[in-house]
Amino acid sequence: MTTATTAPASRPTPAGGSPGGRRRTLLQRRQTRTAWLLALPFLLLFAAFTAGPVFASLLMSFTDMRSTDVRTPFAVDLAAFDNYMALFQDALFRKVAVNTAIFVLVGVPLTMVLALAAAVGLNNITRLRAFFRLGYYLPVVTSIVAVSVVWRFLLQPDTGPVNQLLGAVGIGGPDWLGDPALALPSLIVMAAWRNLGTLMVIFLAGLQTVPRELLEAAEVDGAGRWQRFRHVTLPLLRPTLLFGAVITGIGYLQFFEEPFVMTNGGPLNATRSVSFYIYDQFSFGNYGYAAAASYVLFLAIVVLTAIQFRVLRPKA
Amino acid sequence: MTTHTPLPAAADDDVRPDATEQGQDGGTRRSSSRWLYVVLGVGLLAMALPFVWMVLSSVKPEAEVRSIPPTWLPETYTLENYRELFDRLRFPTYFLNSAIVAVVVTAGNLVFGSMLGYALAKLDFRGKRVVFALVLGTLMVPGMVTFVPLFVLVSNMGLTNTFPGLILPYLVGPLGVFLMRQYFLGLPDELIQAARVDGAGELRIFWSVMLPLTGPALATLGILTFLSSWNNFLWPLVVAQTEDMYTLPVALALYSVGQNATQYGLLLAGAVVVVVPVIVLFLAVQRYFVQGIAMTGIK
Repeated sequence: MTTATTAPASRPTPAGGSPGGRRRTLLQRRQTRTAWLLALPFLLLFAAFTAGPVFASLLMSFTDMRSTDVRTPFAVDLAAFDNYMALFQDALFRKVAVNTAIFVLVGVPLTMVLALAAAVGLNNITRLRAFFRLGYYLPVVTSIVAVSVVWRFLLQPDTGPVNQLLGAVGIGGPDWLGDPALALPSLIVMAAWRNLGTLMVIFLAGLQTVPRELLEAAEVDGAGRWQRFRHVTLPLLRPTLLFGAVITGIGYLQFFEEPFVMTNGGPLNATRSVSFYIYDQFSFGNYGYAAAASYVLFLAIVVLTAIQFRVLRPKA
Repeated sequence: MTTHTPLPAAADDDVRPDATEQGQDGGTRRSSSRWLYVVLGVGLLAMALPFVWMVLSSVKPEAEVRSIPPTWLPETYTLENYRELFDRLRFPTYFLNSAIVAVVVTAGNLVFGSMLGYALAKLDFRGKRVVFALVLGTLMVPGMVTFVPLFVLVSNMGLTNTFPGLILPYLVGPLGVFLMRQYFLGLPDELIQAARVDGAGELRIFWSVMLPLTGPALATLGILTFLSSWNNFLWPLVVAQTEDMYTLPVALALYSVGQNATQYGLLLAGAVVVVVPVIVLFLAVQRYFVQGIAMTGIK
């Protein structure tokens, strides 16, 4: 998606180059046959298990399909926009939509700021840089389910080490996951902790493309360290920041494992997400309804991405 | 979550001298850099401590895991939690299931991704742009959008609660095509032309001449695919319906919300079993990332 611009979509005559019209056509025919032969296994699997379901999901969202219809998926009744209407009339769906929005609107900037700070820090050291980079990146490779299990215990009010550390500096730590006002923020902090490594690596690569001459010129002009960062580095980093915001936003819009493992969506649905809602509806057997909810989520992803492109695209 | 884990790029050998502190005397420079190391070190501690605590607590007896105030270093070491995971609960089975699924999914992505990637990069055929656009277009589609119809499909194929059901939907993916195409684009066409002159068939050129040159790209794609498969949760949660088909994340999640929810030490030992193998694997192969990235041009 984002990196597609790094190479031309196709080359005019790759590896062709041989003279003579007839030989060329023969070669081209051979190439076409080979190409489709190579593409076929991928395309068949892709059509059946990725592209097909994307459209099937849209179609299902306009039906009243339930789990009892699994064997006869084409015998269901059309329900027009009933699923979508019911969705927006459901107070629980509105609640989970707000939760998800908060998760994204707070989580993405938080993750980006932490990642940018780490990247700038690493960009300004020479020794041990690879070691630090590895350390900050490590949580990214771990299972969200596993880290959610760990954090659930870290955040226990009495037996968890987080409140123990807070207690050591005289702060009485609350029941992080049991308080409806604190549960979602706790999950957001954990998500930022797990995901900042991804963005840090991307930002670090971006920082290393900032030309030194520009920074030096700004310094000669009397710009301080912050001014150089704000007016030279940040503008040049815009495409990188955009990429980071988009992939993080797409991921956070779908958050699911964290509440599933840590809070079961509670307390009082304070941490229930749209994905959790979709999963629940699927478990209840409301397939058409779940498909409608999943398309609303898909639409939100498309809209969020479009907005980010507008806000963060490089200024002409 | 479902977005593809980008890669630790940034070559180590490209260490730039400290650009921000020029023109200052050595003393200021050294002390400000020392503060930077302190701040970064505290950050690193925050990243690492949850894992340290996880490992330390997994070898404590249950009573000590629940002690108030909590202890950091175990007062009593025990492997009881691990014994229970592997003897009473069926963690060897879950581990094997996760490994089987991840290995097959990785192999599929490597083979099918490099096949299509080669066709898109090096062969001339009609419909090429359409195929590329179609595949890339789904990079953004979340797993949440497709899992309901996918479940209907897999049910009708009679594949729920089977390995093919767990594996098939992930056997190919857009990331593999994209990475491999990028890498093949960087290989010289002259190799193909020379092989043609020597009379090699097109498939043979792909398999015996070009594919062996893509080692770093295959390594990068392989580790990325393996990690995302090992950590995948939603689909195996839906498809695996009996314990003998659970993967590790599914088992851990269901235990942590089920009847074992209050066995802290046990669940933390389970988390160790899920996390530590991938950390070890990642540390072992991370140098390929740097190579692979430098060559695929993703930054």
